[in-house]
Amino acid sequence: MKISLANIDVELGRRSEKRVILNDVSLNLAAGEQIAIIGPSGAGKTTLLHTLACAIAPSRGMLLIDSTSPWKLSKASLHRLRGNIFLAPQAPPLPPRQRVVHAVLAGRLAKTSTLAALASLYKPGDAAAAVAFAALAKFRVEDKLWHRCDRLSGGERQRVGLARMLASDTPLILLDEPVSALDPALGLSALKTIQDEATARQATLVVSLHDVQLARQRFSRLVGLKAGRIHFDLPASAVDESTLADLYGAEFEAASGTAQSRVAEIADDEIASATAMAIAEAPPVARCF
Amino acid sequence: MTLQSSPAHTPHTNAASATRDPAWHERLTSSWVFFVLIAGCAFITEFKPWVFFDRASLRSSGQFLASFYPPAHDAEFLSLLLTSAWQTISVATAGVTLALVAAAPLALIATRTLSISRIGNRSSVKRLSASMLFIPTVIRSLVRLILILLRSIPELVWGLLFVRAIGLGDTAGVLAIALTYTGMMGKVFLEIIESQDARPTQALLTNGASRGQAFLYATLPSCLPELVSYTVFRWECAIRSSVILGFVGAGGLGQQMDLSMKMMDGGQAVMLLAAFVVLVWVADMVSKKLRKWLA
Repeated sequence: MKISLANIDVELGRRSEKRVILNDVSLNLAAGEQIAIIGPSGAGKTTLLHTLACAIAPSRGMLLIDSTSPWKLSKASLHRLRGNIFLAPQAPPLPPRQRVVHAVLAGRLAKTSTLAALASLYKPGDAAAAVAFAALAKFRVEDKLWHRCDRLSGGERQRVGLARMLASDTPLILLDEPVSALDPALGLSALKTIQDEATARQATLVVSLHDVQLARQRFSRLVGLKAGRIHFDLPASAVDESTLADLYGAEFEAASGTAQSRVAEIADDEIASATAMAIAEAPPVARCF
Repeated sequence: MTLQSSPAHTPHTNAASATRDPAWHERLTSSWVFFVLIAGCAFITEFKPWVFFDRASLRSSGQFLASFYPPAHDAEFLSLLLTSAWQTISVATAGVTLALVAAAPLALIATRTLSISRIGNRSSVKRLSASMLFIPTVIRSLVRLILILLRSIPELVWGLLFVRAIGLGDTAGVLAIALTYTGMMGKVFLEIIESQDARPTQALLTNGASRGQAFLYATLPSCLPELVSYTVFRWECAIRSSVILGFVGAGGLGQQMDLSMKMMDGGQAVMLLAAFVVLVWVADMVSKKLRKWLA
């Protein structure tokens, strides 16, 4: 799928307290292109992915997916378009009591009739179970096929979420921090699997990553996002330490130990900023009884 | 100039008031409002618990209680008890089943977290929000209104209506329970579904799944135990309801209870009460087993 964003603004929140999350974002992606989005926490990476997935409507600017403007389509056509886009949110959205096999096959729902989906819940067909097994096997969690999602570890959950992507067959794949819960070796191999799959189906792939080294290693084009704006859009070879220091701020150089320590630090930042947001949103006088 | 008299230092910023609980006044006010409301209610309803202990009422309650012994245990009464209990269970089960069949789709229609038209930040796209959000909102409000109408009329009133319309018997009880319980179950199903973590459902909807598919693959696995346990609890309530409906002629244990009370037959009344206790206990066991199985 070919994607074009021109001067996109995205605002979130209610009318009285709107926050501008994306500001004048322009980006072009050729069909089958693979890019990584990097940038500090709260830069708008997740919002950008949701905008590409037609899950958030931009308030200004032009979004074109395969030269159609999704938000001008009818409700039914827009939803059919969403069936051609796979978005994996940051936290794998797996219902606690569901079995892994159903969680994986849920990736194919847009291409399945509701009746067939119901029948598959009662008893997954052999072919479908084989698809789920093969998808899990690519991330080395095939032994969890019949397990319940709430009995999985964080890393296993993330890989089941990625297996759901393999079970889908979309020409546009959007992944938000797909390997954040995996160790470096596993993360690298999972990312390879994802990219091979995208290449095989000639799908456009957009991945947001905290691990800058991994992004540089695996992607030829990097987009840096900072405070809701495109900070740079460069070939990976042109992204050097000074570009990154500029993107992440002064702390980046101070913290430039191993890639891992950096990731840990950024993850901490994210928790801190999430907490700050929760405090900011709480009413001034807490009703505590 | 002292600190206190400075206009820049309002009382809120000095040390003594910094440690004062800002929610205290609100809490004090709500305590008073609560107390006044309760006192008012007690006054209006002429709540006088001491009347219960006056000699005349003590004597008449004592006589009724004494007549409980010995409990009726002749074969004729016992077989009547069993058929009535079975009738009560049947009325409750049929009523709740009908209510379940009606309430589930109504709840699904009215659930906001399953709405496809709400995906996206529509408030920022005014042009779209007007036409695409209006009709679904109207439908959701309409369903909620139907549910309110159904449950605002007590099953006893429905029962009286149906006894007039289709005559004495179980059918009136079944329909009365089905209508009121559709309203109650629809509302609570809706609330159970909407109180679940919406992210799995939203994820499937944004990936192009239909409403029904998102419900089956994301919402249901999260809230099935709550839905089942509430339905079983409603079945237990329906057993009690069908007893009350028996008093207005809808058959079952209630009708027998009505007759025994009118005849002041304490021996029969106590056996009927025991039957109620056993039925509710069984419902409780079923609910516990089902929850354990689904957890």
